Amino acid sequence: MTEIIKIETPLSDEDARSLRAGDRIYLSGVIYTGRDAAHKRLTGLLQEGRPLPIDIEGQVIYYVGPAPASAGRVIGSAGPTTSGRMDAYAPALIALGLKGMVGKGVRSDAVKDAMREYGAVYFGATGGAGALLARRIKSCRVVAYEDLGPEAIHRLEVVDFPLVVVNDSAGGDLYRDAVEVYGRM
Amino acid sequence: MREIQASDITETVSRLCKEANFMLGEDVYAAIESGIAREESPIGREILGELLENAQIARTERVPMCQDTGFAVVFLEIGQDVHIAGGYLEDAVNAGVAQGYDEGFLRKSIVCHPLDRVNTGDNTPAVIHTKMVPGEKIRIVVAPKGGGSENMSAVRMLKPSDGMDGVADFVLETVKKAGPNPCPPIIVGVGMGGTMEIAAFLAKKSLLREVGSRNRNPEDAELESKLLHMINKTGIGPAGLGGRVTALAVNIEAYPCHIASLPVAVNIQCHAARHREAVL
Repeated sequence: MTEIIKIETPLSDEDARSLRAGDRIYLSGVIYTGRDAAHKRLTGLLQEGRPLPIDIEGQVIYYVGPAPASAGRVIGSAGPTTSGRMDAYAPALIALGLKGMVGKGVRSDAVKDAMREYGAVYFGATGGAGALLARRIKSCRVVAYEDLGPEAIHRLEVVDFPLVVVNDSAGGDLYRDAVEVYGRM
Repeated sequence: MREIQASDITETVSRLCKEANFMLGEDVYAAIESGIAREESPIGREILGELLENAQIARTERVPMCQDTGFAVVFLEIGQDVHIAGGYLEDAVNAGVAQGYDEGFLRKSIVCHPLDRVNTGDNTPAVIHTKMVPGEKIRIVVAPKGGGSENMSAVRMLKPSDGMDGVADFVLETVKKAGPNPCPPIIVGVGMGGTMEIAAFLAKKSLLREVGSRNRNPEDAELESKLLHMINKTGIGPAGLGGRVTALAVNIEAYPCHIASLPVAVNIQCHAARHREAVL
């Protein structure tokens, strides 16, 4: 089995640029949730030249809309949502210093280009394993857009959050490689 | 004439919403287990193992298996000798959805309008399909449908001359285009025939079938097997990270159609093929 690389947020430029498609990661530290509605609002602020509610520099955004926490739990199920819906918004955030995105599914060429230019990495988490992944989340609080419910921006503390690098800053693409290897056999 | 209370419908729908989200079907669980045995990709086997562990956690701790607890799609078969007392049917179903999603700590994922996108706050309204049948019972199937796999679905109006090859090409094209997005391993629902909306309805309804079951028409059953084989040769694999187990099943449902038409719908379902039923 491939060795697991442990990394902590915030990510430096060097951290992001050193990772390669196919690397297995345990991510620890603070990450932020964000999906469609929150991204739309963040982009609106950028267009108006106003400050964002979170400092994006070196951060990792997890594309997730968690289920509500029942009694005694930090968070409900919290697996990745389809990243492609954030493609329209991601390049502007990467240009601002966003270093990592966590989700599932393919990214656009514009996002991959921005990742190469500014040094960012796209991680895949296991889609459909939200109950399992929630166990690696140790704290959760809303830091912006509470009115959006599951789409609010949550600050999460994660420990050894299991990820795989799908797209790296050198153009590596695990989805593409996977189909090339197994689609031929 | 038998009387059924609207409040019993509400309670039943509420319970089914929770059970469907907490409990992965035994058929899917078994299909993933057998998938591990034949998956060639090491990471693919790991992903399938994670899905089984996830299902065990959800079942024992009564938490949803996925944070996307879905659009509540409700199929009702209403005996024509039933009288529903004490309320309007659709209100009773929607009250059950609201109650189940609240009590079960399920995510509220429905927005009021496709463009305004303000959350309704209680996961209503449900999508309700009602069919009148003989008898004096009500059969209720609750099938919460996630957005990620639904988004990868497609409808196409083929020409009759496209035939079986045309259907197969369209299904395969849809699955390849979906790639890793719908959280493979997937279940592929195919509706053929009828009108445009009936094809889509049949594709959705086919997802209620047990994984491993076959269409009763031998030709459609053969097409199911052929498509499953082709899909599992794409190499997409579990989570799209490469491998053999891209789909667990292909379920086809057909209906008569117009001399000019061959409508085909492909409804993609992630492994969380949630559906629970009850008869009142």
